Amino acid sequence: MTWKQKRMLRLASVLIILVLSAYFLYPLNESINLGLDLQGGTQVTLEAQDTEDIRVDDDAMRRSMSVIQNRVDEMGLAEPIVQREGERRIIVALPGVEDPNQAIETIGRTAQLQFKNEEGEVLMTGEYLSDARAGHEAQFNRPIISFEMTGEGGRRFAEITRQNIGRRIGIYLDEELLTNPVVNEEIPGGEGQITGFESIEEAQQTALMLRAGALPVPIEIIENRTVGPTLGATAIDQSVRAALIGLSLIVLFMIFSYKLLGLVAAISLIIYSIIVLGILAGLNATLTLPGIGGLLLSIGMAVDANVIIFERIKYEYRAGKRLKTAVNTGFKRAFKTILDSNVTTLITAAILAYFGTGIIRGFAITLSIGIIASMFTAIIVAKLIMDLVLDTKLVDNEKIFALSRR
Amino acid sequence: MDIIGKRKIWMSISTVLIIIGLISLLTQGLNLGIDFIGGTIIEFGFEDRVETREINEILAEFYLEERSVVQQVEDSGILIRTDELEHEELTNLQNRVQEEFPTATMLRTDVVGPTIGQELSRGALLALLVAAIAIVIYISVRFEFKFAMAAIIALLHDVLIVVGAFSILGRQVNQPLIAALLTIIGYSINDTIVIFDRIREKLNFASRKETFEESANGAVVETLPRSINTSITTLLPILAILFLGGTTIQNFMIALLVGMLAGTYSSIFVASPVLVEWTNRNEAKA
Repeated sequence: MTWKQKRMLRLASVLIILVLSAYFLYPLNESINLGLDLQGGTQVTLEAQDTEDIRVDDDAMRRSMSVIQNRVDEMGLAEPIVQREGERRIIVALPGVEDPNQAIETIGRTAQLQFKNEEGEVLMTGEYLSDARAGHEAQFNRPIISFEMTGEGGRRFAEITRQNIGRRIGIYLDEELLTNPVVNEEIPGGEGQITGFESIEEAQQTALMLRAGALPVPIEIIENRTVGPTLGATAIDQSVRAALIGLSLIVLFMIFSYKLLGLVAAISLIIYSIIVLGILAGLNATLTLPGIGGLLLSIGMAVDANVIIFERIKYEYRAGKRLKTAVNTGFKRAFKTILDSNVTTLITAAILAYFGTGIIRGFAITLSIGIIASMFTAIIVAKLIMDLVLDTKLVDNEKIFALSRR
Repeated sequence: MDIIGKRKIWMSISTVLIIIGLISLLTQGLNLGIDFIGGTIIEFGFEDRVETREINEILAEFYLEERSVVQQVEDSGILIRTDELEHEELTNLQNRVQEEFPTATMLRTDVVGPTIGQELSRGALLALLVAAIAIVIYISVRFEFKFAMAAIIALLHDVLIVVGAFSILGRQVNQPLIAALLTIIGYSINDTIVIFDRIREKLNFASRKETFEESANGAVVETLPRSINTSITTLLPILAILFLGGTTIQNFMIALLVGMLAGTYSSIFVASPVLVEWTNRNEAKA
């Protein structure tokens, strides 16, 4: 390959990457997932608990996951996440949830519905329910839940009611008595009503849980992180403004210190930003507040790579090399330095992404993406721009490059 | 410029700073936040200023006032830190505040159980340890073992300075500090390697007359403009976020600020001097 072909190849690869990034980024306000700390919402960590009867095993966890998934789906949120973590934990993320406390309660309750006879024996449980809807009863306008049972449930229910005519059947939710009606006659067809709710909201919430099913094991909320929508909005405004000001300051500083080279750095910094955001969007990664911190740090490192190269060019030029040779040697020598220094940082970031959880991981992932993109822009993009600039021959003047032989 | 020759001075400065931090760690310890020891944090925003006393009265209804700390945040915010609350208790408390002050908006709620905190500490220590080992291996392969040890000592220096500073300032230690410490390690090692890289290059080209100490000093001095400029460009965004980025990530940014300064210092004034000291002692023995 001639040097011309090589350069065309480089130019093409940079353009392709830029176009790809822009493609992933379009439209900007939808392409990047914002973490709960930025858009507001709730994240809870649930831990399944052993009971006297059941030990938490894989099967219990799978069933719990599906019940929780059902409950979360019923809430009608944009993009909720239900995720297993480790042996007995489930992480639930509810972006933009309006009433976090009620949502957490809905997710965390066991919701075991039981029908008991007067002696307190369990006759039937909620597992035979096929549907449950909240409404108002006609006579006193009290909140109720109307339920329907499966075919087998209907047959069992008919049998139970036949055996208990003239006696009471208590309906319990998580061992708490809801209602205790007297059975007047056999109820065929598996349909019925439950009263005993304080409000229609409570009836609706309970109906939702009955539809989604009971949890096979009790779960405990061991972590709850909720960010209200106002705080999230403030956080994102402030960090975007801070990021823009930080970036502008860097650009000004670079142009002030390195003149034309600084301008090259500024242009590669803009390209860097597009690539990093494009990768984030392409990987469908979630941007959190610490993630923004990681990005800003990687910007610092992207600029550092430029600083290393430019200082090296200065050093080579001072040693008496011609401008073009100084630039080439500068890039070549600096490459090794940048590689070693960035690989060590990348090792740390990768270990963090692997061992860390939550915010630490978010931070480490953006940092890793940032480091890789910064090496690409500093070594490939900046060199390309430099070559194009040097080719024009208009700028073969040491002052524009802030270079001197002394 | 003779930086390495004055290494006794630089190392004394570091030692004194670290000892001050250690004394503070031993006497007043760290102000561990709920991420480590568990607990609840609730932040409310109000339209008008609400006195901490009024919030304390509500907490008293729940028998929480003695186990809670209530703080004023900015003009009209309130931050409550208390024990780990059961979900029902949390809901009742928040509803009660809402009832008393209809303009109240819940800004943030964090409830963390004690096991989470223990796992966080263990996970963070493990990550630090694995990172340190990986760094030692990488530097030993690319450079020499003594370079790796000097780099690790510089890292330890940075971590001790930051943790010491948090102890002295009494700032709360939560997850972000861990993330910040790890960032600082990444930055500091990066900074150190750039100088080591120049030492390695100098050793390859060095005339016989130049001692290791002279080569190391030359490398530190030649990379000084880069060290300074890089610190400036990294500090610019940190300062921008620290002053404009809101309160949520302030602790994170303070840790980064202290750590970056320590990291820059240690790359120039700790890592290379330790490397020279190590080489000289080994040569004296041989």
